[in-house]
Amino acid sequence: MRKRTALGLAIALVLSGCGGQQATPSAPTAQESYAAGGLTLAKRPEKIVSLSPTATETLFAIGAGTQVVAVDDQSNYPAEAPRTDLSGFKPNAEAIAAKQPDLVIIANDIDKIKDQLTTLKIPVYLAAAAKELPEAYRQFTDLGALTGHRKEAEALALKTKDDIGKLVAGVPRHPRTKYYYELDPTLYTVTSKTFVGSLFALFGLNNVADPADADGAKGGYPQLGPEALIDANPDMVFLADSKCCKQSLATVKARPGWAAVAAVRNGQVIALDDDVASRWGPRIVDLVRTIADAVNKVPA
Amino acid sequence: MKLRALVGGVVAVVLAVIAGLAFGAASLSPGGVAVELLNLLPGVHLRSGLDPRQVAIVTQLRLPRVVLAMLVGAVLSLAGGAYQGVFRNPLADPYLLGVAAGAGLGVTAFITLRHAGALPPETPVAAFAGAIVAVALTYLLGGRDRSPAALILAGVAVSAFLAAAQTYLLQRNVDDLRAVYSWLLGRLATAGWHDTLLLLPYAMISGIVILLLRRDLDVLTVGDEEAASLGSHPQRSRYILLAAASLGTAAAVSVSGLIGFVGVIVPHTVRLLAGYSYRAILPLSMLYGAAFMVLADLVGRTVASPAEIPIGVVTAFFGAPFFVLVLRSTTRTAAT
Repeated sequence: MRKRTALGLAIALVLSGCGGQQATPSAPTAQESYAAGGLTLAKRPEKIVSLSPTATETLFAIGAGTQVVAVDDQSNYPAEAPRTDLSGFKPNAEAIAAKQPDLVIIANDIDKIKDQLTTLKIPVYLAAAAKELPEAYRQFTDLGALTGHRKEAEALALKTKDDIGKLVAGVPRHPRTKYYYELDPTLYTVTSKTFVGSLFALFGLNNVADPADADGAKGGYPQLGPEALIDANPDMVFLADSKCCKQSLATVKARPGWAAVAAVRNGQVIALDDDVASRWGPRIVDLVRTIADAVNKVPA
Repeated sequence: MKLRALVGGVVAVVLAVIAGLAFGAASLSPGGVAVELLNLLPGVHLRSGLDPRQVAIVTQLRLPRVVLAMLVGAVLSLAGGAYQGVFRNPLADPYLLGVAAGAGLGVTAFITLRHAGALPPETPVAAFAGAIVAVALTYLLGGRDRSPAALILAGVAVSAFLAAAQTYLLQRNVDDLRAVYSWLLGRLATAGWHDTLLLLPYAMISGIVILLLRRDLDVLTVGDEEAASLGSHPQRSRYILLAAASLGTAAAVSVSGLIGFVGVIVPHTVRLLAGYSYRAILPLSMLYGAAFMVLADLVGRTVASPAEIPIGVVTAFFGAPFFVLVLRSTTRTAAT
């Protein structure tokens, strides 16, 4: 964590050193503009409010952390992010405006918050939940362009893409391996059509939930019945409810009927970090690495 | 007439249980299922041809779920019948009087405070506390002038108030939203023997008390003064019955979520079959309620397989039109 701050500081120093010669360092020049996603800022934003935990992670990863004045109550990474009680689920326009932001980043346009803030002349960038990797990369570069960290953002997107490519290439194919991805103990799950589902699809894994939402009417988030799930007999179980609901191999094994499921018998029940698994920021590489490690342990 | 209704009820339960055990999301051979059920008896070891996973599906998922559905259906129907007698209101059911909303608030508060993914063993206590507060409020606000309309309105007000408190809690604890939401819609999904055993003692106490007092319910229908002249204590019976019905409802709701309309459909159907004496209505309601719930759960877990439809949705889907029919026929009777 400290290293990251030091790095961010170093980058900031280098950047400010470069611009030090100019009379007005924050004024846009021919090379430097602050625009992306239909939004153009007059100058480099210095008081950013992020209501998206994913955007918060990205901002700090591309060296824009020092420009962030407030993040929402769910933005728990990195630790130095200035967490407040602002909510991204129940956004309060007045509370956000009180921070006098020059850029607000949201993941959900709830309660017309974008219109409300625009009325107050506060620029809003909507970084909605990515449906696939290219969208996540585009948000990296958009945030880079908006905050004056274009190069770092492009480097981050390239490196993320590269790392994921290498991880996927380093794992043998298991075309008949089935997995189940748990969002909570009431068996809410994801299909391959969701962002996280697309990461598993990179490895050619089969999702047991795909038939439960074949037409996509449930938005890729169906709830399975316990009997159908045990009957589907997944080879791997990924728990995205290890933090929220304290689920683990032991608790899954103790559920009625689960002891006979292949994943439980072979110990292929993998606890994920709920936060990493539900975001589409720079830490997707960690998630993909966890998946790759697990797939590597599947007997050929 | 009553004997026929009794035989019909027993047959309905048996058929519902057979169907509930034979069908499910996993297609298993009915013969194999039957053999595995026999294997549960001490000393029986037959070969069913099912693999260990399929055996687990039968013995650890379907069987406890069918038993839980029977218990919940019986308890809710019995409690509904008792409420209708106590309040002398044919439309009273646990849901309308705010008991279920109270239990719901209790459980929601409990889940959000504990941040527990699974239902903790103390859940029925929280549900019961909420239920008792709710029914007491409804009775205090709307019960004194003994008009059914005032009572229903009091129930609506209490339910709305408790629902607002519940929504507020959920809003502040977004993380628990999905767990509470799927609980609210009614869930026998994560059943197992644990939930069944949790419900059993409460269900037994509630059932025994209500059945012992079923004669008093008939006396209550003639009015308090006549009841007193017949040597019974109407106010005391009323409070005991309310407490017992609330206990049963609260326990059922805490393991199964909010399952609506069962408490009103079943006693009314039984009334059509077996007449207006609570001595017949209450025990028969338990039978028909058990059968109805097992079948509703069967629909819920097979129609959308591999997903499930919450059982509360299934019972309301069949219950709401029936409720309207009952409403129409009772208003017509009142008009004549």
